[in-house]
Amino acid sequence: MTGGGQPAPPRRVAVTAPRRKRAGGWSARAAAADLHAQPRLAQVYARAIIRDQLRLALGVLAALVVVLGGVPAAFALVPALRTAELLGFRLPWIILGFVAYPVLVAAAVLHVRHAERVERDFTDLLRSPAEDPTAPAERAVHAERPEQGVDGEESG
Amino acid sequence: MNQSLGIAALVVVLAATIGVGVYGLRLSRATSDFYVASREVSPLWNASAISGEYLSAASFLGVAGLVMAYGVDMLAYPVGYAAGYLVLLLLVAAPLRRSGAYTLPDFAEERLGSAAVRRVASVLVAVIAWLYLVPQLQGAGLTLQTVTGAPRWAGAVVVAGAVVGVSAAGGMRSVTLVQGLHFWLKLTAIAVPAVFLVLAWRSAGSPALTGDDVPRFPHATVVALDQRTTFDVTAPLTIRATGELDGRSYAATAVPSRRDGSTGVPVRLGRGEHTAAAGARLAFPKGAAVPHRKGLRPATGAAWARPLSGAGGRAHPLYAVYSILLATFLGTMGLPHVLVRFYTNPDGRAARRTTVLVLVLLSVFYLLPPVYGALGRVFAPQLLLTGQTDTAVLVLPQITQAGEAGRLLAALATAGAFAAFVSTASGLTVSVAAVVSQDLLKGSARGFRLASLVAGVPPLVMATTTAGLPVADAIGLAFAVAASSFCPLLVLGIWWRGLTDRGALAGLVAGGGLAAVAVVVTSVRGPGHGWSAALLEEPAAWTVPIAFAVMAIGSLLTRHRISDAAVDRVMVRMHLPEEVTAQAYPPVPQVDVPPQTTGG
Repeated sequence: MTGGGQPAPPRRVAVTAPRRKRAGGWSARAAAADLHAQPRLAQVYARAIIRDQLRLALGVLAALVVVLGGVPAAFALVPALRTAELLGFRLPWIILGFVAYPVLVAAAVLHVRHAERVERDFTDLLRSPAEDPTAPAERAVHAERPEQGVDGEESG
Repeated sequence: MNQSLGIAALVVVLAATIGVGVYGLRLSRATSDFYVASREVSPLWNASAISGEYLSAASFLGVAGLVMAYGVDMLAYPVGYAAGYLVLLLLVAAPLRRSGAYTLPDFAEERLGSAAVRRVASVLVAVIAWLYLVPQLQGAGLTLQTVTGAPRWAGAVVVAGAVVGVSAAGGMRSVTLVQGLHFWLKLTAIAVPAVFLVLAWRSAGSPALTGDDVPRFPHATVVALDQRTTFDVTAPLTIRATGELDGRSYAATAVPSRRDGSTGVPVRLGRGEHTAAAGARLAFPKGAAVPHRKGLRPATGAAWARPLSGAGGRAHPLYAVYSILLATFLGTMGLPHVLVRFYTNPDGRAARRTTVLVLVLLSVFYLLPPVYGALGRVFAPQLLLTGQTDTAVLVLPQITQAGEAGRLLAALATAGAFAAFVSTASGLTVSVAAVVSQDLLKGSARGFRLASLVAGVPPLVMATTTAGLPVADAIGLAFAVAASSFCPLLVLGIWWRGLTDRGALAGLVAGGGLAAVAVVVTSVRGPGHGWSAALLEEPAAWTVPIAFAVMAIGSLLTRHRISDAAVDRVMVRMHLPEEVTAQAYPPVPQVDVPPQTTGG
């Protein structure tokens, strides 16, 4: 899932390379059998996808904590907000009684989209390890991923 | 109150529940049907069922009641209840579904391979479910009392009986059908009267909610007390009383008062505390300041509408708000009945999408209870005297709509309330029964039926013998225990390879134990003041960090116990998409071959 930059091909490609010689191309069964036969391979895959998914989840969670968690803090720090009015309603009631919910739903939709993309990229990677199947737009999601993450696997 | 319509509403809900339950029974044949509905439930119906199960007495009655009494800060509860599902989606939904664990103890054993952790998790499931069941049953008692005047225990017994019966008879499949139905009933039951409520408020000239005055009776009001009530009078006033007040009995007069038609005896109430016995009827003149139940401080509209004002006499409002948010954010994922539901999704991807749908449904619902909380102060301020603000959703429709329309709306609200008790209680009963039957009774369908009884009876005893906190507060404590025990177990177990069985055990015992102690102390000594009360009433803010820390440090100290191969196996299954792992690893054992507690 390093997806990644043009410089230096992702390390994982090298790990999965032998499977390209398998006759008949990719199949879920073959890929899965590989995972089964090579626990080490499965472990590398799992660690990569866990890291991606965790980064995504923590990112959305951080945004949630800042946005929602910031509301009481804002009221505490700026007393004027406690009695501010908008369209004839008190601001705190609008935020906590109404606006919070669309924000939550939007965050959920965003997360599901990206989480599914991470998984799709991963399956694509299994399917054809030689070429990079991810479209540029999708790659952007993981573009910031540093390469050194893979090296860390050896120590674990 | 209109007894016959209220009882009719109750009977219809129970009959529909049992009817669909029996229909479900005809469909469920294998043991796996009982537990997990064979995982064949459509996404929208599954989302409706999850939402229906989640919207308990706390959401249907409690939120409105707390908002009415304590103001805008209490909106942290509904926001937190909904946000909890987002956190669950982010951290738990798909991996947990893929892990194949059906209950929390299953997850603990699968991830850590330890029978000891499994046993502790089973005990915690039962504790959390019981904590959560008690306010449901108390809410049922309160509702039936409000509607029909039946004693408190009657409603609790009716709901507990129906729930144990349905879950023992049909198991999960019937529960899923019933709960999907219940969500839409609850949404209708809270939305339709809310529209009429807002119309009534407008036609009353939109009385201000945020004024500088304390709540006053909008017209001459007779308050009938169901139970012994102590209240504080802030300004001396004369009322007309029948029944026992401050130790003196007042008999009804022969000639009704010309002013309000009351047959009570005029009594001058001075400033300070007064106690009325059960059955007393107090007639207050129009415009009198509403005396509040002891412990509830009268708040002006301005203070009530302002965040962090401590309206109603809550100590340390900023701390309380953050603690509520933390408990509900992190507690949702640790509720036993919530997790079981995810197993009815066919795969991890469906689990995620279902969660988004759930969040949408919950969001729509949570827009409505604050309407009751706000307008309750205008139309039914006497609830602040009786202390039964939890009944605002039930009594407001009838107060604001005269005649037959009001009676029908009240019946609808009653039906919704009972749907809330029955669906949440049956979800909890099923999940406790599943844990008990799998761990103690070898997982047979017969054992499941027996276990339903084990799950339902203790909370019934607790609900009928204790007075109880406000419904939403009591539920908040169950959330706090869940957030302090299962949340760290799930989050660290899913995302951190380093979690060990010893670390998990220590964290579960420390976090869950501390939160449970706080719950017990709070329940025994009732609402208090100052920091110690705030810390005990909203324990999540300190117990959750302790639980995480103990679990992490304990795991680091026992690092040598990690088996790399075992951890890899579980991690691969939890995090890789199903189409990849399905072939490599055999499917998770079905629950009719229950996972044995091999301990290794």
